[in-house]
Amino acid sequence: MYREMLTIRAFDEACYQQFRSDPSMGYAGIHAYIGEEATAVGVCSALRKGDKITSTHRGHGHLIAMGADPKLMMAEIQGKSTGYNKGKGGSMHIVSFELGILGANGIVGAGIPIATGAALAMKYKKLNEVCVCFFGDSAANEGVFNEGLNLASIWKLPVVFVCENNQYAVHTPVTESTSVADISVRAIGYSMPGVTVDGNDVLKVYDAACAAVERARGGAGPTLIESKTYRLMPHHGNMPDYRPPEEKEAWKAKDPIKRFEEVLTRSGLLDQAKKAEITREVAESIQAAVNFAKESQWPDPTEAYQDVYA
Amino acid sequence: MSTRETTFGRAVAEAIQEEMARDENVIVIGEDCWRALEEDQMHPKYARKPHPRIFNTPISEAGFTGAATGAAMMGLRPILYFLMGMFMLSGFDQAVNQIPKLRYLSGGQAELPIVIYTANGTGMRYAAQHAWSLHPIFGNIPGFKIVLPSTPYDAKGLMKTAIRDGNPVLFLSHFLLEGTKGNVPEGEYTIDFGKADIKRRGKDVTLVAISDMVDRAMRAAKRLERQGIDVEVVDPRTVVPLDKETIFRSVEKTGHLVVVDDAHKTCSFASEISATVTEEKFNCLKAAPKRVAMADVPVPFSPVLEDEIFPSERKIVDAVKSVLNR
Repeated sequence: MYREMLTIRAFDEACYQQFRSDPSMGYAGIHAYIGEEATAVGVCSALRKGDKITSTHRGHGHLIAMGADPKLMMAEIQGKSTGYNKGKGGSMHIVSFELGILGANGIVGAGIPIATGAALAMKYKKLNEVCVCFFGDSAANEGVFNEGLNLASIWKLPVVFVCENNQYAVHTPVTESTSVADISVRAIGYSMPGVTVDGNDVLKVYDAACAAVERARGGAGPTLIESKTYRLMPHHGNMPDYRPPEEKEAWKAKDPIKRFEEVLTRSGLLDQAKKAEITREVAESIQAAVNFAKESQWPDPTEAYQDVYA
Repeated sequence: MSTRETTFGRAVAEAIQEEMARDENVIVIGEDCWRALEEDQMHPKYARKPHPRIFNTPISEAGFTGAATGAAMMGLRPILYFLMGMFMLSGFDQAVNQIPKLRYLSGGQAELPIVIYTANGTGMRYAAQHAWSLHPIFGNIPGFKIVLPSTPYDAKGLMKTAIRDGNPVLFLSHFLLEGTKGNVPEGEYTIDFGKADIKRRGKDVTLVAISDMVDRAMRAAKRLERQGIDVEVVDPRTVVPLDKETIFRSVEKTGHLVVVDDAHKTCSFASEISATVTEEKFNCLKAAPKRVAMADVPVPFSPVLEDEIFPSERKIVDAVKSVLNR
C-alpha cells in the first residue's frame, strides 16, 4: 500500500516535470492525482484478480493501484507506440483489460453507467466479479449519476460507486455546486448503503471498500462510498490555481502519505532505513518509466487508420 | 427457399430472436424493449415476468446506453432499443462519445458489438422533436456502421449481420416502414454490409434512395417511365460502409444522379453521396447532381406544412427531369 502510494505521487510528479520541460506534449497536460492516493490504494487493495474498475480523467492513481506498469503508462501519456493504448488514448483514456482497467474516461461521470453495465454482464455471466466505479464530486451532479445508480439498484448489481470528493469542480467549490454536505446521503434515494470516509486515511478507505466489495460479491447490490479528499495540485498542468492558500496548507497537513507513514512507523512496520529504501526504489522505477517513454518509438503515422472497426 | 409475407417490424424481431437463440451473449436492453421482439407484454396472454435476457429499463437513456457499453466490454452483445431514435439524444455522450470511440481510444482493446435498434424519420405528423432522421449525425462519427433498410427482406438479413458484426451498428428503421409488408424467406439468410441493391434497372438517370425513400423513388420511377424516362433506383442499404462502386457503375452508365434522403438537406447523406460522386466521377456526369431532401427547417406538425418540406414523389420527379433538362 505504502509503496503504491509513493509510486502514484512520484509518477504524477514526473508527469508534471515532463510536461513542463516539453511543450510539445499538448495543451492539457495531466490531471494529477497528488493528494488523493489513499482513495485509489485503499479501494483497489480490497479487490481481487478478475475484478474491474472504471476510472476518470484524473485516473493515474487508480491505474497504478490496479497494478499498471508506470513504463507503459508514461509511454501512453507521451503518445508513444509502446503505451497501453498504442498512443491513441493519452493520459485520460488508459485501458488495460488484462489488469481489469476498463478505462479511464475523459467525460465527467461517463464511467458510471459503463461500470453499471460491466456489473450487469458480471451478474449475467455469473462471474463472481465486482466492478468499482471511480468518479469525482462533480460527477455526482451529472444526470448519469442518477441513471446509473438507479439501474444498479433495481438490478442489484455487483458494483461499488466510489465518489472521490476532492472539493472542487475545476475551480468551483463543492459547497457551491452540490445540494448536500455529504454526497453519500444521496444513496438513500437509490435504496443502497451510503458511507462517507476520511479519504486521506488509507486504512479507513480500505475498510469501507472491503465492506462494499463483500456486499457486492455476495449479491446484495451496490454501495456508494464518498471519500473526502483534496487534490494538492491545480485541476490540470497548465491551469492557474485560485484556491485559498490557507485551505491548501490545511489539507497539506493531512497529506495521506505522511499520515500513513506515521501509522506504519508507530506500529513498527516502517523505519527511516526502510523508508529511504522504498523511496529510492520508487524513484528508480519512475526514472525507468521516463527513460522508457523517451526512448520509445512514435507510432507509425498509418496507425491513425487502425482500430476504428473490428 | 420458400417465402411468406411479413411486416418490417416482425422481420427484425425474427432476426433478433434467431440470433438470441444462436448466441447466449446476445441480450436486449432498453425502454419497453419487448417491443423490439414484437411482443406485447401488456396483452393478458403474456405474463409480465422478467425475461433473463431482456433488460427492460427505466427511461434513462444515458444510463442504459452506458450500461450496454459496459456489458459489451465484458463480452456481451447488447441490442440497445429505443422507442424512438430521438430519445437516444438524452444519452448523447454515451451514444456518440463513448460507444464509437472506445475501441479506437483503447488501441483496439475494447470490443463493442452493440446494435442500436430504433426507428426515426418524418411523415408521421409527429412535429419537430419526434420527426427527423438521425443518420447524418451518426454518419459524421467514425466508429459506427449505419444500416437503413427499405424492405422486410433487407431488414431481417441486415439485422442478423448487424448482431454478428462485432462493431457498433446503428440500425435505423423508419416510422413509415415498420408496418409495411414484404416477402421474407422461411430459412436462415444474412445480407452483407456495403452491398447496394439495385431495386430497379434503368439507363437514363441514377436515383439513389435510402430507407423509406426507396419506395417513394420507385413510385416516382414508375411515373417517369410513363413519360419515357428510364430510371435506375439504387438502394445502398448501409450508408456506412457505403457501396460506392455500385453507385459509380450506375452513374457511369446513366451520366445523371439524383439522391433522395429524408434527413435535413445540409450535411445529409444526399449531400455526402452527391459530393462523393462529383469528386470521384466528375467526368461521367452530364449534369450537376441533385439532392431531394428535407428542407432545413424543424419539421412542423400541420400536415400541410410537413408535406411542403417533405421529399415527395413530385419533388423526385421534378429533380429527375431537371437533371435531364426535360
